[in-house]
Amino acid sequence: MKFLKNRKMWLSLAGLIGIGVLMTACPATKEGIGTSDAAVKTYVPPGEHDEFYAFMSGGFSGQMTVYGLPSGRKFRTIPVFSVHPENGWGFSEETKPMFNTSYGFVPWDDAHHPELSMTDGVPDGRYIFINANNTPRVARIDLTRFETEEILEIPNSAGNHGSPFVTENTEYIIASTRFSIPIPEADVPISSYKENFKGTLSFIKLDADAEEMSLDFQILVPGYNYDLAHAGKGPSHDWAFFTTYNTEEATTLLEVNASRNDKDFIAAVNWVKAAEAVRAGKAKEMPAKYFRNYVDHDTRIAHSEENSSVRVLNPADVPGLIYFLPTPKSPHGVDVDPTGEYIIGNGKLATVLPVHSFSKMLKAIENEAFETVINGIPVLKYDEVLAGEVLDPGLGPLHTEFDNKGFAYTSAFITSEIVKWNVETREVVDRIPTFYSIGHLMIPGGDSKKPWGKYVVALNKITKDRYLPTGPELCQAGQLIDISGDKMKLLLDFPLDGEPHYAQGIPASLIKDKSVRIYELEKNNHPHAIKSEKQARVERDGKDVHIYLSSIRSHFTPDNIEGIKVGDTVYWHLTNLEQDWDVPHGFAVKGANNAELLVMPGETRTLKWQPQRPDVYPFYCTDFCSALHQEMQGYVRVSPADSNVPITFNGR
Amino acid sequence: MNKSALLKTILSAVVFAVLLGCGSEEKPAAKSANPGGLTDWQMTNGVGPLTSDVQTGPGVEDELAAKGSELFETKCSACHKLDERYVGPPLRDVTERRAPAYIMNMILDPEGMVKKHPEARKLLSQYMTFMTNQNVSEEQARALLEYLRKENIK
Repeated sequence: MKFLKNRKMWLSLAGLIGIGVLMTACPATKEGIGTSDAAVKTYVPPGEHDEFYAFMSGGFSGQMTVYGLPSGRKFRTIPVFSVHPENGWGFSEETKPMFNTSYGFVPWDDAHHPELSMTDGVPDGRYIFINANNTPRVARIDLTRFETEEILEIPNSAGNHGSPFVTENTEYIIASTRFSIPIPEADVPISSYKENFKGTLSFIKLDADAEEMSLDFQILVPGYNYDLAHAGKGPSHDWAFFTTYNTEEATTLLEVNASRNDKDFIAAVNWVKAAEAVRAGKAKEMPAKYFRNYVDHDTRIAHSEENSSVRVLNPADVPGLIYFLPTPKSPHGVDVDPTGEYIIGNGKLATVLPVHSFSKMLKAIENEAFETVINGIPVLKYDEVLAGEVLDPGLGPLHTEFDNKGFAYTSAFITSEIVKWNVETREVVDRIPTFYSIGHLMIPGGDSKKPWGKYVVALNKITKDRYLPTGPELCQAGQLIDISGDKMKLLLDFPLDGEPHYAQGIPASLIKDKSVRIYELEKNNHPHAIKSEKQARVERDGKDVHIYLSSIRSHFTPDNIEGIKVGDTVYWHLTNLEQDWDVPHGFAVKGANNAELLVMPGETRTLKWQPQRPDVYPFYCTDFCSALHQEMQGYVRVSPADSNVPITFNGR
Repeated sequence: MNKSALLKTILSAVVFAVLLGCGSEEKPAAKSANPGGLTDWQMTNGVGPLTSDVQTGPGVEDELAAKGSELFETKCSACHKLDERYVGPPLRDVTERRAPAYIMNMILDPEGMVKKHPEARKLLSQYMTFMTNQNVSEEQARALLEYLRKENIK
């Protein structure tokens, strides 16, 4: 039986028999299980782990979410650029500084592009970065704690969209500005755009030992819109590529006025040369106000540093720094294939998909095959850099990812499909519809040198009729597609948070064993930590009252507190004395105007509380911790401002 | 997951589902005094990382007990007092009631003990709070034992 020669077929058969048996035994469950082998391929049995982590951008939720593949199960929301009352992110005293910017406390943003750190062009599972579009920032999330550890503001930027993409060894995290703006900041007439507005390309250096990002330099570029980016790899290691649109330099009705030119550009930037030029003193120091916020590992308290200047390079001062590659038409994503030779410009209004050749680009530079020069930036001749075009790539091509067998997968928004094509021959070999309006797509490692080409996830903007309706606002969704065979096969639909933009995937084995389980109490250097119940206490310091509170299953110490007065500012410093995995305790007090605290084992977190009227206020644990969780509670008495009730706690 | 594991899982899921029927769970067998079939040594010394007797000296090693005292304050005192019932049982006389290895196994693997040892399970039904795993090393558990020995002699 030829059919049964293939092991996969055996598996499918076993799965179908299994499902058949289940259906016969339990008719009530048949709809939940499904009837095709797609169900078997996405089924992760209870208690077993998924093969891949998927990190999804939360878009306008400002967060990042963590899913498992192939099951499509959601594990976590990692709060990043938006406050998160669920665990006190942005509300607890320890985390508030993470939201500091040169505009003050900014509690929300729009997060589009997760990007895993890489070593030798392959995701290494150390960090994941993500951008804030609206108030330009880049965050670094540690993947042992799944926690945002650092946020760097980017000055001279507006709409930090082409961000954050890493170079082959995470030497730099690159970021481009969508809006061009007056640089330095100034109130000029909008009509003076061509004269006064500029774009910037930012290069953030990662000091991996110090776990610190710093804005090394920016490159001043013409006043276009800079859309997306990707760094080179292998032979193109020294280079980074940025798409542009609105080379028309329009300021109004861009949907018409920025769509006139047949070709815009991909900017190819030699970042190694740029860094050398900066070291050689060719950059100008320019005043710029921006913040770096980071979590101190010893205390787990966030701190803010304010920076006052940035080094800016002008391409005219550094010949050979940037070249423009003409690319039709308003290109959105720019993607570099695993070999580092091909640079794909996803021209969202183009009918063909141009594939540029890195080696041809170098030759064109050598031969000075320039069409023209703009602000010191040579524009290379299209035919001299083009490897070829993919014909009929679908309408509205946005992004391309790669597998490990020489194929590329391009998302086409308007025709709502994924188009699979051969990178060398540029022939389309397969296409599959997506439901509906695909934006990004993600193959684990699909933008790296070593894609794990088993699945592609379509990240769709619109779901219409795919799910139960929930009023005017519907969920957005991912679709998991099997790419292990010649033909793509749809396996699973699953809803996603916010508006999904880009995502990253990585084998779970590269991350899961490094996961931090607890914070060791001995190493907790928070200035308000307590290491045992004996140290629990209440102290008055003028109008400030510090409550040093401990939690362990299932009680707080102290849990009867008196002597607080209206007008006091109370700081609840809760240390969770647990040293066991998965035993956080929560803390909530009636009338608090901020949020709850969720405190991990061995950690200290602080909630500021300003009670408004005399009463006895209850407080309790919000995270179900044991059979006696409902008993985990206490009272705090608040007296009038002029009362003389002394501070006491549990009779002490 | 590799394919053979997947196959096994599917097949065992099928077998399991058939055995279970439609949602009617089998009742666990009535518990005897030693339902897990523990050995005599395990009944005395507990189930956990320690599988042989723990040697203690005739007297108390003061230095070790002092280390244990510090650890006790940080890791244990939120739930255990020496002379009164608190979240967990009083511990002054625990070294009389339990073998050294039993005490250390209880500290090192409370989840396992509650699951497998009838005595630990019985205590859970009295106190209703799972003893927490406080993430101590074997060396630290030994120090805690010495501290408890010292408190017993006092």
